Amino acid sequence: MKLVRCAVAIVGSGAGGGTVAAALAPLVSHGKRVLVLERGPRFREEDFTGRERDMAPALYADEGGFLTADGTMTLAFARGYGGSTIVYTGTSLIAPRRVIEGWRVPGLDHADLERRSREFMEANGVHLLPPVLLNENNNLFAAGAAAAGFHAEQFPLNLRGCRGSSLCNLGCPNAAKQGTNRVQLPQAERLGVEVVTRALVTRLVEKRLLVTVSARPAGAKGADPEWEPGEYEIEADTIVLAGGVMGTLPLLLASGLPGLPRPTGAGFTCHPAHILVAEHSRAITNDVGHPKSFFVDRAEAEGYVLETCMYFPFVTAKNLTGFGAGHSAFMQAFPRLQMILVLACDKAIPDNRITVDRHGEPVAHYRFTEGVIESMVRATRAATRIFFAAGAIRVHAPSADPPLLEAIDAARIDQRIDARHFRTGTISISAAHLMGGARMGRDASDSVTDHRGRVHGRPWLRVADASLFPDSLEINPYLTIMALADRVAEGVTEDLTR
Amino acid sequence: MASPSTTAPWPAFRAFAQCFIPETSRATAPEWRALEDVVRRALEARPPRVRRQVVLFVRLIDLAARARYRHGFAALDHARATALLEGFAASRLLLLRRGVWGLRTLVMLGWYTDHSVCEVLGYRASAAGWEARR
Repeated sequence: MKLVRCAVAIVGSGAGGGTVAAALAPLVSHGKRVLVLERGPRFREEDFTGRERDMAPALYADEGGFLTADGTMTLAFARGYGGSTIVYTGTSLIAPRRVIEGWRVPGLDHADLERRSREFMEANGVHLLPPVLLNENNNLFAAGAAAAGFHAEQFPLNLRGCRGSSLCNLGCPNAAKQGTNRVQLPQAERLGVEVVTRALVTRLVEKRLLVTVSARPAGAKGADPEWEPGEYEIEADTIVLAGGVMGTLPLLLASGLPGLPRPTGAGFTCHPAHILVAEHSRAITNDVGHPKSFFVDRAEAEGYVLETCMYFPFVTAKNLTGFGAGHSAFMQAFPRLQMILVLACDKAIPDNRITVDRHGEPVAHYRFTEGVIESMVRATRAATRIFFAAGAIRVHAPSADPPLLEAIDAARIDQRIDARHFRTGTISISAAHLMGGARMGRDASDSVTDHRGRVHGRPWLRVADASLFPDSLEINPYLTIMALADRVAEGVTEDLTR
Repeated sequence: MASPSTTAPWPAFRAFAQCFIPETSRATAPEWRALEDVVRRALEARPPRVRRQVVLFVRLIDLAARARYRHGFAALDHARATALLEGFAASRLLLLRRGVWGLRTLVMLGWYTDHSVCEVLGYRASAAGWEARR
């Protein structure tokens, strides 16, 4: 076991860890050693092939199919230099004021988050794509939404030099998406922060981390680890956990730290989502261009958000219910397919939580409440109206029975799509916005950390990822994670320079 | 679970695959091998608990086939095999619905991530993006 001492050890390099690393980088010139420990590899440019078969196993835990405890939903989260910012689509939205105020976290105010979010938007090159770069899959959504009476908005995106590969979720093959792997981590490394990849943190004890650095398996994507493979003990003045919900919480729970705040692990939310697919009578541009340009935000009024999306053949096949000839026929219409992602804004409830099994591996307990099912059904109805208003000839709606709606059914959408047809175990539901479990709040009776991510009762330990969210954010979370992580880094800086 | 490098992950695998994706009945030997390799790798990467569940579920389907038709699943004609799986998929028991969902998802993972299958579907995404289309 090799012993390493540092001022700050950051576990995870995604939106939270990358942000903390960049913010703390100036401390290095003052003699403070800052380490980032990333479980996944540092991918090289040539690793991003855009092929689902190569990339999904390399980037995602369980190839993106990590199952919840009852097997009714899959969770997608990435591992690698940049964390899940490698695989998101770069949608950059500022947290709604009503959501942050609803969180009721003493010391956290919306204006502060908004200011920091705007700074990150600037740093990450966030802008609206020009119309010439929008594909028909997106334009049909906007036109259909307008015709069906919905207000579609364009997503601000953090892209520089996007060529429209449509492969964002498999890691941009053109280095266009400005995740922490492109902006914050390189900036931190230039100032002397050390990033160690293939470094799995196995245990957290008082101001110490036990870490296993692994060699690159033969034939695997990614670079060799920066440190020699082996076991390490890292002693740090401050430890920042930023491994995401599925990294931070298992580490906290499996390490057996005495006196952890009681709510640790509870209140997991994730915007459960599924993909709706519609067929047009002609081919449309769908597998070229940025996949996610527009959204309809009905979170406040109806508990859902619709987003444009375009997925790869396997993910598409998985999301169509059933099997056999009918399923295959839909797949063979691929060039004519339009897609909409339906996301429910789920509320944090104590029973939805992260625990660990006897091996210390995460277990996500998630129950679909009636409210979530109703939201998904309302969202499916809305998306179906948008599809038909955009000229689709048939729509695949998983919560209809049978799931295929022809244009003639457009007048009976409310009857055909109904909560009684929402059957878990037949509908592919997945989530990529994993939030909660180490919620911010007043004290250990109601939360795990304070408003700057400091774990109650442990001044040396902080959390800087979406685990901090006390409830669903109701929008894509990365910008808010960065803003919160920046506040965490500010607290660390104050501690270390006091 | 049997996992030899050149055969299916379980004896009835191809019968399942042909029910889920009819086009696989025309798959060549190398295409079958590629599909089965992907499925095998995916299963090996999953927790042992999940692998056990898949094996048990496959046995359960086989037992159901024997009870209902007096033949193992692999020996059923397409109509009977499909009817059996559809019955499981429509079950009131989550465990059975989930089992079919998981099995078909594995087969689809093996088939729809194949580059030549994607080409046949007309899926053309590439790093060149718009430049490749204009």
